[in-house]
Amino acid sequence: MPTVSMTVNGTYETREVEGRTLLVEFLREHLGLTGTHVGCDTSQCGACVVHVDGKSVKSCTLLAAQAEGAEVTTIEGLATGGELHPMQAAFREHHGLQCGFCTPGMIMSAVDLLQTNSKPSEREIREWLEGNLCRCTGYHNIVKAIQAASGQAVEG
Amino acid sequence: MPEGTGIGAAVPRKEDQRFITGKGRYCDDINRPGQVYAHFLRSPHAHAKISSIDKSAAEAAPAVHAVYVGQDLEDAGVGGLICGWVVTQKNGEPHRAPKHPVIAVDRVRHVGEVVAMVVADTPAHAKDAAELIEVDYEALPTSVDLARTFDGDAVQLHDDVPNNTTYEWEVGDEAATAEAFARAAHVTKLDIVQNRLIPNAIEPRVALGDYDSGTGEFTLVTTSQNPHVARLIYAAFIGIAPENKLRVVAPDVGGGFGSKIYTYSEDTAVIWAAGQLGRPVKWTAERSEAFLGDAHGRDHVTHAELALDADHNFVGLKVETKANMGAYLQVFSTCVPTYLYATLLAGQYRTPAIHCTVRAGFTNTCPVDAYRGAGRPEASYLVERLVEKAAGEVGLDPAELRRRNFIAPDQFPYETPVLMTYDSGDYGQLLDKGLAHIKYDEFPARRAESERNGKLRGIGFSCFIEACGLAPSAIIGALGGGVGQWESANIRFNPTGSVTLYTGSHSHGQGHETVFAQIVSDLLGVPLESVEVVHGDTGVVPFGMGTYGSRSGPVGGGAIVTAANKIIEKGKKIAAHLLEAAVEDIEYQSGSFSVAGTDRAKSMAEIAFAAYVPHNYPIEELEPGLDETGFFDPSNFTFPSGTYICEVEVEPATGVVTIVDFVAVDDFGTILNPLIVEGQVHGGIAQGVGQALLECCIYDKESGQLLTGSYMDYTMPRASDLPSIRLDALEIPCPHNPLGAKGCGEAGAIASPPAVINAVVDAIGVDIDMPATPEKVWRALQGRRAAAE
Repeated sequence: MPTVSMTVNGTYETREVEGRTLLVEFLREHLGLTGTHVGCDTSQCGACVVHVDGKSVKSCTLLAAQAEGAEVTTIEGLATGGELHPMQAAFREHHGLQCGFCTPGMIMSAVDLLQTNSKPSEREIREWLEGNLCRCTGYHNIVKAIQAASGQAVEG
Repeated sequence: MPEGTGIGAAVPRKEDQRFITGKGRYCDDINRPGQVYAHFLRSPHAHAKISSIDKSAAEAAPAVHAVYVGQDLEDAGVGGLICGWVVTQKNGEPHRAPKHPVIAVDRVRHVGEVVAMVVADTPAHAKDAAELIEVDYEALPTSVDLARTFDGDAVQLHDDVPNNTTYEWEVGDEAATAEAFARAAHVTKLDIVQNRLIPNAIEPRVALGDYDSGTGEFTLVTTSQNPHVARLIYAAFIGIAPENKLRVVAPDVGGGFGSKIYTYSEDTAVIWAAGQLGRPVKWTAERSEAFLGDAHGRDHVTHAELALDADHNFVGLKVETKANMGAYLQVFSTCVPTYLYATLLAGQYRTPAIHCTVRAGFTNTCPVDAYRGAGRPEASYLVERLVEKAAGEVGLDPAELRRRNFIAPDQFPYETPVLMTYDSGDYGQLLDKGLAHIKYDEFPARRAESERNGKLRGIGFSCFIEACGLAPSAIIGALGGGVGQWESANIRFNPTGSVTLYTGSHSHGQGHETVFAQIVSDLLGVPLESVEVVHGDTGVVPFGMGTYGSRSGPVGGGAIVTAANKIIEKGKKIAAHLLEAAVEDIEYQSGSFSVAGTDRAKSMAEIAFAAYVPHNYPIEELEPGLDETGFFDPSNFTFPSGTYICEVEVEPATGVVTIVDFVAVDDFGTILNPLIVEGQVHGGIAQGVGQALLECCIYDKESGQLLTGSYMDYTMPRASDLPSIRLDALEIPCPHNPLGAKGCGEAGAIASPPAVINAVVDAIGVDIDMPATPEKVWRALQGRRAAAE
């Protein structure tokens, strides 16, 4: 079996895996990082979004081998030094989650949005989230949380 | 809004810490040593005879532990899946419930029905081996179309169920309704289709079965909304193990919306196989399996007529509904188009005579059961579309026509002609608030502005009623329900004054860990952070009914109050002893027990300590400990109501509907946590807008193949499809539960589809069925144009 190595949440990890192993399987099953979820089999739901070299990526759409040598950040690695990332804190403050299943992917995607657009409009936020499905919140409070995390005023 | 953390405060959720940091513990995150994996082979046919199954090649495949077919389970005495609600037909006979094998034996009746189970070392090995199973199918003609499945020449699904009919049922007074129609000044008629929906909780279903040969105990970790009910069914009806040897655990569950209430083939097979193999067996659904096999929702075809007198009073309502059960009866499927639907047909109105007939039965499709709202969305959609249409026909403002027919606030309790007794409400005030928020008087100007921009603007109303928190148990039993409808709560103080609350209710996103802690904290004066809420494990919590039908607040909350009152009663006795006073002189308030008229008092923490370290204690009269259980069985349903108003713009060139404003005003009774209640409404509205504009489960009417079997085909609402939503609330307390809560989990999904569709119809000027997709709207506009030319 091939060996795959990458840095995950700041720790260098090496594992022997089957060639067909997806990045999300590598994270969940080989590293025990179960915060990254699988919600579909067509790369539509976005529950599996992680950062690979700083960019949001659906980890169900990438072989682990394709992330060889990469810097991967999962939801478990987002908070630093015991402090929540501002996006995590905003999701909690604005009730941007209910069952929590889509939340890790949603937060990782939202963090990447603010890297590329620091003050997105409501419309830009809604369009960015095209690849993340949530069945609980109606997205209303997710949008608010992202607005708040970007330092913008939040209404309603 | 109250300050602090008590009942009514907007407390951010306690459970969020783990969810936002990736530490949630969902079923698929749980693994057991020695675990093997199940894969289910599913029928590619909608209807076929199984002539033979050859599993030998699969059994011989690498890493395979076992291959089971339906006959294996039958031989082992595993019972079939059950329906837990027996509807009595209008001829007095019970409904006809066909046999529902866990794994198909000699015939399959829908695409995706389980035909075999493979257990192997890895999911991939199990899946590979399943491809080696040779099933000899003899394809049969199908009956897929609900509108035709009761016809005499339709293909019959079950040999023992004539005309594919599980029941013909009625409610209301047929003669009185006919008489009302005979003297009507105007009759409005409407044919509507309630589109079938696929629930799509984002977490797929999971089952992890384990068997401990040392104790003889089975454990099933599963994505369930009601683990005790699941255990009861697996124990008493399917025969996996007696209840005391079966533990069902539903840890963090990623959304349910009804689809995780039920007992399913996969869970049953997994827990049984764990016993056979003596090792843990795990199955995690793929999304395509969720589309094929999770119980679907809605799916009615209805003709309705509303009779009005010359003064525009509603005088009669006549409804004929056909309801699709799919291929088999799911657990609560039979009560959805009857007691959860037709009993709500009075809506918010005084309509004195109502008669509804329902014929429910089978098609070669996935079984249908309760999905968020369950029957009530079907009722509100019917009533509110009919009323809106009537307003147009008699030339009255739709808000005015509604107002004229509202049940007045002084008429409660109000007995409707369809079994229900509404307890409280103020429908006029809800409507007034809605009209003010939407600035109804300025709508003509907004419409003109849209027209100048080449858009068609419309406004739609929905003044809805729902019934939540099914109760009381005795009535549910009399109507055919197989379980009680109470809830339990166990408040267990620790010696140092912190509390663990064990609830029989279940959270899969609703926020029980916060709201229930708020209730305990408020009632017993314990800091919020000192209250832990435990749910979802039959090995730990008292028997409870779980979560569905917006029951957790009104019923689950009621049980907490019952238990808390017992704690206070016992606390008074302990305090009386410690303070050397008579029990009658002890007053309790906010966690403090004091002697009336003095400043002598003991805190709840001191009482708890004394109860567990009873060195100075009335031990002769009182048991030690501070640990009380309450059960609450309400005397009636609750009746949340509201006014939802939707404004849309339609682009005539493309048929695209954009929701430009949405106002929802709800009466949920006492609001326990507004942050959470608003979140529930937002989510419900998203599902309602999904039904109205986007979502539709489609089977090919000949082959019975599911055409909308993935997120590529089934249109889930995305962030860009939905508007920001404006909310307001009235808090008219429910008079028959201690918190006054009415339930808020389903209102959004119940109320919003008619508001959206009424707005679309108002914009385009012709009736349209859900979902109002751009293509459908565009075609409707072309039809209107052609008719005009």
